Amino acid sequence: MSNSDFHLKNVVMSDGSSVEIEVREHRIARIGTTLETDLPAVEGHGAMVLPGLVDLHTHLREPGKENSETVLSGSQAAIKGGYTALSAMANTSPVADTAGVVEQVARLGKEAGLCDVFPIGAVTVGLKGESLAELSAMAQSAARVRIFSDDGHCISDPLLMRRALEYVKACGGVIAQHAQDPLLTVGSQMNEGIVSSRLGLKGWPTVAEESIIARDILMAHYVQSRLHICHLTTKGGVELVRWAKSQGIAVTAEVTPHHLMLTDDLAESYDPVYKVNPPLRTAADVQALREGLADGTIDIVATDHAPHPAEDKDCEWSAAAFGMIGLETALSIVAKAMIETGLMDWDTLVKRMSTMPAAIGGYEDHGTLAIGRTANFMVVDPNATWKVDRNHLFSRSSNTPFHDFTLPAPVIHTFFRGVHVLRDGQLTGLKYE
Amino acid sequence: MHTPHLLSINDLTKSEALEILDTARELSRITDGAIKKLPTLRGRTVVNLFFEDSTRTRLSFEAAAKRLSAEVINFSAKGSSVSKGESLKDTAQTLEAMGAELMIIRHPTSGSAQRLAESGWVKSHIVNAGDGMHEHPTQALLDAYTIRSHFPEHDRDFTGLRIGIVGDILHSRVARSNVLLLTALGARVVLIGPPTLIPVGAYSWPVDISYNLDEEIGTLDAIMMLRVQSERMSDAFFPTEREYARDFGLGTQRLKSLRKSAIIMHPGPMNRGLEISAASADSPQSVILEQVANGVLVRMAVLYLLMGGTSIPTEGVLV
Repeated sequence: MSNSDFHLKNVVMSDGSSVEIEVREHRIARIGTTLETDLPAVEGHGAMVLPGLVDLHTHLREPGKENSETVLSGSQAAIKGGYTALSAMANTSPVADTAGVVEQVARLGKEAGLCDVFPIGAVTVGLKGESLAELSAMAQSAARVRIFSDDGHCISDPLLMRRALEYVKACGGVIAQHAQDPLLTVGSQMNEGIVSSRLGLKGWPTVAEESIIARDILMAHYVQSRLHICHLTTKGGVELVRWAKSQGIAVTAEVTPHHLMLTDDLAESYDPVYKVNPPLRTAADVQALREGLADGTIDIVATDHAPHPAEDKDCEWSAAAFGMIGLETALSIVAKAMIETGLMDWDTLVKRMSTMPAAIGGYEDHGTLAIGRTANFMVVDPNATWKVDRNHLFSRSSNTPFHDFTLPAPVIHTFFRGVHVLRDGQLTGLKYE
Repeated sequence: MHTPHLLSINDLTKSEALEILDTARELSRITDGAIKKLPTLRGRTVVNLFFEDSTRTRLSFEAAAKRLSAEVINFSAKGSSVSKGESLKDTAQTLEAMGAELMIIRHPTSGSAQRLAESGWVKSHIVNAGDGMHEHPTQALLDAYTIRSHFPEHDRDFTGLRIGIVGDILHSRVARSNVLLLTALGARVVLIGPPTLIPVGAYSWPVDISYNLDEEIGTLDAIMMLRVQSERMSDAFFPTEREYARDFGLGTQRLKSLRKSAIIMHPGPMNRGLEISAASADSPQSVILEQVANGVLVRMAVLYLLMGGTSIPTEGVLV
């Protein structure tokens, strides 16, 4: 018996059935309605047990900007939000474009020991969009990178995009594209539309996203490779992905929690906490994103957790950094946007926030709650609420747009490889070693 | 006025806008004679916080403050605050620590004035003297003042007046403030320019939009020519200056199509020969210099009303 073995009782599955779960040697040993066991019990109080959430889009800022987030603080925020796996975006300093950097990030993740941290490799050297990084070296490194992305920058050169899509076929990888035509968005500050025209802020037109999505869907089909669209924000983008799937093209797409909840009207305050890239769009876009997530056109929710220090947001709009944090609020926002509205049930939420992201990333230890699987799961109370306080988050940064929101579905427990890393919403100090 | 700041024309009700215009007219009457200076704001400190070069606007505000006997501190930083150096927050807090009670801010980025007013960084009254492509409310107020002085039958309501704003609407804070104010006062505004320089969202505004100046010019009571910034050329908003001047400039020939009762306006500084010909700028219908003079009066009224004035002293005091 390992000292982390335990028995979780009095919880329900996402389909509503009551269960007990026995964890031995970091794996799920038994699941049953009542289990005879001598292991110490964790009381679930009737809350819901779900597989640990999986994020394919996280900015951890280490190495380089440890004042806004580290791998450790990001891991703490992750388990607070019910995540057991993160994917660390490549735009660190130095950029994660070599085997050395991705291995460093993976090692920091293991040292933190709170969740799996899977590095994403840059597609191009220095994210400059000029020449391919050593993708194969990153894939074969100890970090075993499978997702490659220049996120923050679009791979706008069509030839380079073609080569990248082709090249990663060798390692079974996927290119995660930040769809933003750079020439259509020079200096852009927010969604181009009625609000930007009134506010005099330079617009980021939806066509700058949709034209790249359309091009890359055609390209992925042509070279028969896998394409993943990061942070879809537009109604037209949803329609393009829906068409691509109807044609059998291997495209997957993600949406962030904030794009499921917030609109560009919030820029009226000129408060840069609402400044994010891609920008908040209109209510019609939000509705299309919700429908796309419900019907599976959009495969997954990804946080695009983007921490920034206070001074990068406590300034005028145009001087501020783009980005919002989201790990700690993601599940609650999706529950509010999708479950409270009746668009989705908990089973579907599990697919979109755990099973599918694990499948896209190839994260075999995640995404499923079943006997024999690694014990990565969490307990959420769907009937309780909590209030977001930006001054009491586990993230090192406080740039959440949901400060003071009362949200459903607080995360109660998180178990990472069987280790009880979050108990009653608090860090236990335990970690997987 | 109910608002402690003037950030946008949206901060004003129609009656408050008229109160500013009436106050400016009253100040004009008082300062028209021997008395040039009022003691109203004696001992109060006003700061010109200019993050963008604008000698005209700064001098106009400075003249307005001084005629009300306020102390004026001028701060100017070339280039944008985004570039290295002290932030807007630090600059404003520093100047408030020196005693500023009202800050007149000119900034290259939209929303900076509102941010300064609402962020909690400072307690001062804030007057927006132009923020990026957003608004320039005192310019709209001085334009409205100028228009009504030429159309006395529309003293309290501009219904029936048709006012053209011509040129680069997209990047113009003057246009945005004027659309809000002139339509609030009842005028019909028509925005005229090449489609590339009309904001995407302008089609939801309560205005007419035209790409053809010749079709509109004979219908206008006032025509406001906007300055063409030379950097728009490199961004391919229009092919050449020559083509722009031909289609949207108030040239000598086009001037003949203007109604004789119509007035010609320009917020300055002008590009003579581009958006406006010398003959138009200097014609008897041009009110461009009146706009400059009225700017001081309107800004006096704004400072006066924001800093606690309620009524105008009927007897001026020489100081």
